[in-house]
Amino acid sequence: MTAVDDRSRTDAPESSADPLPRTVTARRRLLLIAGLAIALTAMALVSAGTGQLYVSPAEVFGSIMHAIGLDLGPLPAHPNGESALWTIRFPRVAMSIVIGAALAAAGLLMQAVFGNPLADPGVIGVSSGAALGASATIVFGWAFFGEWTIAVAAFITGLAATFVVYFMSRSGGKTEVVTLVLTGIAVNAFTGAGLALMTFLGDQAAREQIVFWQLGSLNGSRWQQFWIVLPLIVVGVVVAFVISRRLDLLSLGERSARHLGVNVEGLRIVAIVVTALLVAAAVSFAGIIAFVGLVIPHLMRMIIGPAHRPLLVASVLGGALLLLTADLVARTAVPMADLPIGMLTSLVGGPFFFWLLRRARRSAGGWG
Amino acid sequence: MRAAVDARGVSVEIDGRQILADASIRVSSGEIVALIGPNGAGKSTLLAALTGDQARTRGTIEIAGRPLEDWKLKELSQQRAVLLQENGVFFPFTVEQVVEMGRAPWQRTPLDHDDEEAVDEAIRLTDIERFRHRQVPSLSGGERARSAFARVLAQRTGILLLDEPTAALDLRHQEDVLRLARQRAHAGDAVIVVLHDLNLAAAYADRIALLSSGRIVAQGSPREVLTVERISDVYAQPVEVITHPETGATIILPVREAMSVGRANDDSLPRTTARSRIALPRKASS
Ligand SMILES: Nc1ncnc2c1ncn2[C@@H]1O[C@H](COP(=O)(O)OP(=O)(O)OP(=O)(O)O)[C@@H](O)[C@H]1O
Ligand SMILES: [Mg+2]
Repeated sequence: MTAVDDRSRTDAPESSADPLPRTVTARRRLLLIAGLAIALTAMALVSAGTGQLYVSPAEVFGSIMHAIGLDLGPLPAHPNGESALWTIRFPRVAMSIVIGAALAAAGLLMQAVFGNPLADPGVIGVSSGAALGASATIVFGWAFFGEWTIAVAAFITGLAATFVVYFMSRSGGKTEVVTLVLTGIAVNAFTGAGLALMTFLGDQAAREQIVFWQLGSLNGSRWQQFWIVLPLIVVGVVVAFVISRRLDLLSLGERSARHLGVNVEGLRIVAIVVTALLVAAAVSFAGIIAFVGLVIPHLMRMIIGPAHRPLLVASVLGGALLLLTADLVARTAVPMADLPIGMLTSLVGGPFFFWLLRRARRSAGGWG
Repeated sequence: MRAAVDARGVSVEIDGRQILADASIRVSSGEIVALIGPNGAGKSTLLAALTGDQARTRGTIEIAGRPLEDWKLKELSQQRAVLLQENGVFFPFTVEQVVEMGRAPWQRTPLDHDDEEAVDEAIRLTDIERFRHRQVPSLSGGERARSAFARVLAQRTGILLLDEPTAALDLRHQEDVLRLARQRAHAGDAVIVVLHDLNLAAAYADRIALLSSGRIVAQGSPREVLTVERISDVYAQPVEVITHPETGATIILPVREAMSVGRANDDSLPRTTARSRIALPRKASS
């Protein structure tokens, strides 16, 4: 930025404005999105092949191609390769991709609704709210909605948590950083108490599952779970895409957005419900994975700017890539052990959050 | 002629406090109406009532002949553009992106073909070409205000509601803003503009409405409204009203004690020239 230059040349001729940046921005967006898509594909092939039983990326590719009826690439050489891929690795890779995408999209939506770049489902307690609903389902053995019960319960409590944060932390159309963080502490304290109660009430198996949620993990992902969360996440991301232009206008403040024809209250409610849907889908089977929704949209915004439509696409891809990578690290960093992925993302996300807080404090009032 | 904005007997109460009482204002196409009055008089509140942001306790408001409540938000945004007194942007959008947001009401209408042209024109008219690719939070107060004004111009609506569009601007850009408002009015638009600079109001407004403590205490041509007694009284500041010897323009000056710098020199100059050198107190950004 040439801030000083520009301002001192008050009388400079108009020609100093170059017509380029519009295309530069478009190219940058395209590069980032294409780069992320390629990296995601490559990472998925590598990750699926890595583990106790090694399968080369080419064999992974071949296995997928054969499954969809194309005679391309080699099949896994190892006799158990094929079954290891299809029963263990692929479901896990697929889960990490959709959950990473969901968390990043949810973070982006929250930031738009709160007018604050520090909102994240994990930080402000929506994830733990959803986990509370999920754990209650386990402990009390509910099954109103069959195999969907966990997701539905997580959605309801996640939605409640989001609305609580929304009504508690906003004033004058935006949310101050301090208010947001403090509200998050309060919500997390409350849901923490709920989870503690569930741990107390539950039997051995339920307890293990609740602890596992609090840590966040993709261990034991199954296709059945994937097919439950996938439609929820697809619906959430599609709706987010549809409302993304209006989210841009919301950045002008709610009154100006209204003057430009946006039904602000309606938009907010849609965004909040979609956030809760995405978070619930992510939390139902993977537990609380914090900071993805904070780190990814922020990084992407630094690269391609804040316009929500391209930002959403980049964040969805970036979130998927981050979680896929984090999961690979989680299951390979320590031999014979599966680290909780939530712990890993917090390990990286925590310091990043510090850095963001400092930055937000410096730039007047945390405007971003 | 049909009124573009027609408000009758509008009252606003907040927390049981009467903020606006029985305000009536009617603005036709081709007209600039200036709202003036001291801080807290209710100018922004009146504008908020006209946009529908602020609920009113009594009164009716019609926009382009139709009650405000009967408009859909989207349709309304194709009728009137609003510049608020404060214009923050939450995320680091560029100036150009913000101006483009002014085109949102025309999305998926035949007029969205004009988007690029409307944006370019607004950017050119407000003289923000040089920083059109900069991020709004990095701009100075006046630059930001001009970007917001450009967004409002790009919306290309027949009604403009402007709350202190000149407050943060330098001399030339203040004139620019009102010249543009004048042009838009000539082209048939209706403009309501809140101003603190009474000389600007006198020079550009067709009519002036003077607010004081939530009431419109005078309404009419600049000459009718800007009288020494009324302005001195409402602002609790003695003023003198002078007619420019050549142009006949109305000039309002606060009466100042004989303590200004360079007074001795000024005495040697003709009276009118000396006066025109005195800078008017101007409200900084609020
Ligand atoms: N939400 C509110 N709650 C309570 N009082 C309010 C509210 N909004 C405005 N007021 C009061 O109403 C009065 C009119 O406010 P308004 O913003 O309309 O003034 P204004 O004429 O635009 O002043 P300024 O020249 O300073 O912009 C002020 O006394 C203000 O304190
Ligand atoms: Mg005001």
